[in-house]
Amino acid sequence: MTTSTTEGTETTQERSDGEIVGGAAGAAPVAARATIDGLAPVAPQLEDERLTLPADGPAKHAATSRAARPRSFELGDHPVPTSKIEEWRFTPLRRFTSLFQDDATEDGAVDHAVTVPEGAPEASTLAIGEAPRGTALVPEDLTAAIASARTEQALHLVAPRNAELAEPFRVEITGRGADRRANGHLVLETEESSTATFVLNHTGSAQYAQNVEMIVGDNSRMTVIALQDWDDDALHISTHHAKLGRDAKLKHIVVSLGGSAVRVNAIGEFSAPGAELENTGLYFADENQFLEHRLFVDHAAPNCTSDVAYKGALQGQKARSVWVGDVLIRKEAEGTSTYELNRNLVLTEGARADSVPNLEIETGEIEGAGHAAATGRFDDEQLFYLRARGIPEKEARRLVVRGFFAELIQKIDVPEIREHLFESIEAELTRSMN
Amino acid sequence: MSVLEITNLHATVDTPEGTKEILKGVDLTIRGGETHAIMGPNGSGKSTLAYALAGHPKYQITEGSVTLDGEDVLEMSVDERARAGVFLAMQYPVEVPGVTVSNFLRTAKTAVDGEAPSLRTWVKDVKGAMDDLRMDPVFAERNVNEGFSGGEKKRHEILQMQLLKPSIAILDETDSGLDVDALRIVSEGVNRAKENTEVGIMLITHYTRILNYVKPDFVHVFVNGRIAEQGGPELAERLENEGYDRFLAAAN
Ligand SMILES: Nc1ncnc2c1ncn2[C@@H]1O[C@H](COP(=O)(O)OP(=O)(O)OP(=O)(O)O)[C@@H](O)[C@H]1O
Ligand SMILES: [Mg+2]
Repeated sequence: MTTSTTEGTETTQERSDGEIVGGAAGAAPVAARATIDGLAPVAPQLEDERLTLPADGPAKHAATSRAARPRSFELGDHPVPTSKIEEWRFTPLRRFTSLFQDDATEDGAVDHAVTVPEGAPEASTLAIGEAPRGTALVPEDLTAAIASARTEQALHLVAPRNAELAEPFRVEITGRGADRRANGHLVLETEESSTATFVLNHTGSAQYAQNVEMIVGDNSRMTVIALQDWDDDALHISTHHAKLGRDAKLKHIVVSLGGSAVRVNAIGEFSAPGAELENTGLYFADENQFLEHRLFVDHAAPNCTSDVAYKGALQGQKARSVWVGDVLIRKEAEGTSTYELNRNLVLTEGARADSVPNLEIETGEIEGAGHAAATGRFDDEQLFYLRARGIPEKEARRLVVRGFFAELIQKIDVPEIREHLFESIEAELTRSMN
Repeated sequence: MSVLEITNLHATVDTPEGTKEILKGVDLTIRGGETHAIMGPNGSGKSTLAYALAGHPKYQITEGSVTLDGEDVLEMSVDERARAGVFLAMQYPVEVPGVTVSNFLRTAKTAVDGEAPSLRTWVKDVKGAMDDLRMDPVFAERNVNEGFSGGEKKRHEILQMQLLKPSIAILDETDSGLDVDALRIVSEGVNRAKENTEVGIMLITHYTRILNYVKPDFVHVFVNGRIAEQGGPELAERLENEGYDRFLAAAN
């Protein structure tokens, strides 16, 4: 077997007096350029690789292949995270301690209010081991295993066969206190040839370990929009795991604006040919906020397409974001087409973004594969251009940041969420500029 | 009628090798209705002068003054200068992803005028100005300068000048890289602005070609950070024939 792994250039950018700190693990920092007094322009740097064939030679990362990660419902099979473990190395483990403990949900710590659209059956529940629960999501880390074991009845929302649901399912997930521990497991399902949208809106505060399991039936179309709109003190670790059937389509959208520390691990698994996965993500990290997004796209079937685009903005002291995008194209996944992109916009000093695209290719018979990651400072030349046309600085910044996210926000089909996002971003900016 | 008065202007830029003086005492007065051509060799500081007037943060003014109708321009922020009537058509306009031309123009117009333009006349004005510059209407919905060709970027700069109606316009090599047709279209745009408003123009260029279309009242030779000689249109012809050697020798 020929395997080639391209670990995309890992980038780290910190903004402090124009000093730029390179990434770890021998990767070249992409955005390393001298700046003068924080005023010289540093255009966002783009690292772009397109691969069409596997390279010869030994598999550099075979030992740590993403496929090798153990999956198990047993808590004992998962080590307690340490920073020595690759998948946790960026995460502030101490902050998340409570989510590594096998604790039951405190009564009323998190509310779930569900709205089911016309044409769908009432919400129901699935016990541990009751299919389809557990057919897509088998925990890959301790928190996911705890969230699964500690959720006796998982919420189950289904779009029935051939149903076209015009309105979304809505799940309002409200935390009732930053000191309160909760676990959750949701199962979202679109049966054969159905179409449905699921909106998961997280507000309030809690210490929340969550699993979101998505079963995307043959020829169905599922859209999932997960909004992390938590209060400033929430802790949230979430594992999203989707399994896509033949010719299925999943549009998966993650928006993380709130919370003290949030980690979303989104896994997409192709189990049959012809399916399409679109992963969109948007985040805005503020002072002291930690936002981590991990993706794993598992091309285990031929002729599937995946397209990942995540964008983040950061502002304020110790604002921190991590993005890790793993794409695995297995031997049997001929005719795969995949692209992933991550862009970060560092708006102020003292903020830091890490970005690691990672492509593992085991077959030569693919359509195309590529990735791009870039972290740039706020572009002072753009700002100058707008201001030179009379536009005041605040408004110019707003235009640029809005513009940065616009393309992704346009992909969200639910108009009120789109509007809400533009407003939230505006609010984030206003906060930083006053 | 506006007057821009530049007196003994010195400016520096910080480089990794240290602070470098680029403008070394520029004196120049531009009145509304006048067109001043500034010609000079590469690296002589023409763009620096343009940027310094617009207030680019990269350049520090170390000496001298700039006033617009008696108001101290150097005290103004970048956007205040633009609102006061100074316009800079840039040599290398930057892309602004995600911001459409139409949104950008409307935002700029609103900022410069202090109030939103009336929707009906505005749409007509934009369309008319784009027509004049032979810009396809689809440009209005494209992102600012994104994927624009060199010539399209220059037309877009002139479009802004036409719509924002500045009292002083600095055109930094707006003619460079244009083919003859595009040059004519852009020049017509400049001439229209001259006819319709009292704009004073600083036309920075390497080539005499544009001066066949946009007639300068004054020509200034810019060498080594200052104006080395000035005259009427005939000076441009001399430069065309003799080049800058004479001035370079004198400057060194
Ligand atoms: N940010 C900067 N850092 C270092 N040097 C600079 C900077 N900006 C300008 N310079 C230098 O200042 C000098 C003048 O540059 P400027 O761009 O003003 O020249 P110009 O006359 O416009 O040239 P051209 O005809 O090529 O456009 C050049 O030597 C240039 O390298
Ligand atoms: Mg220049």
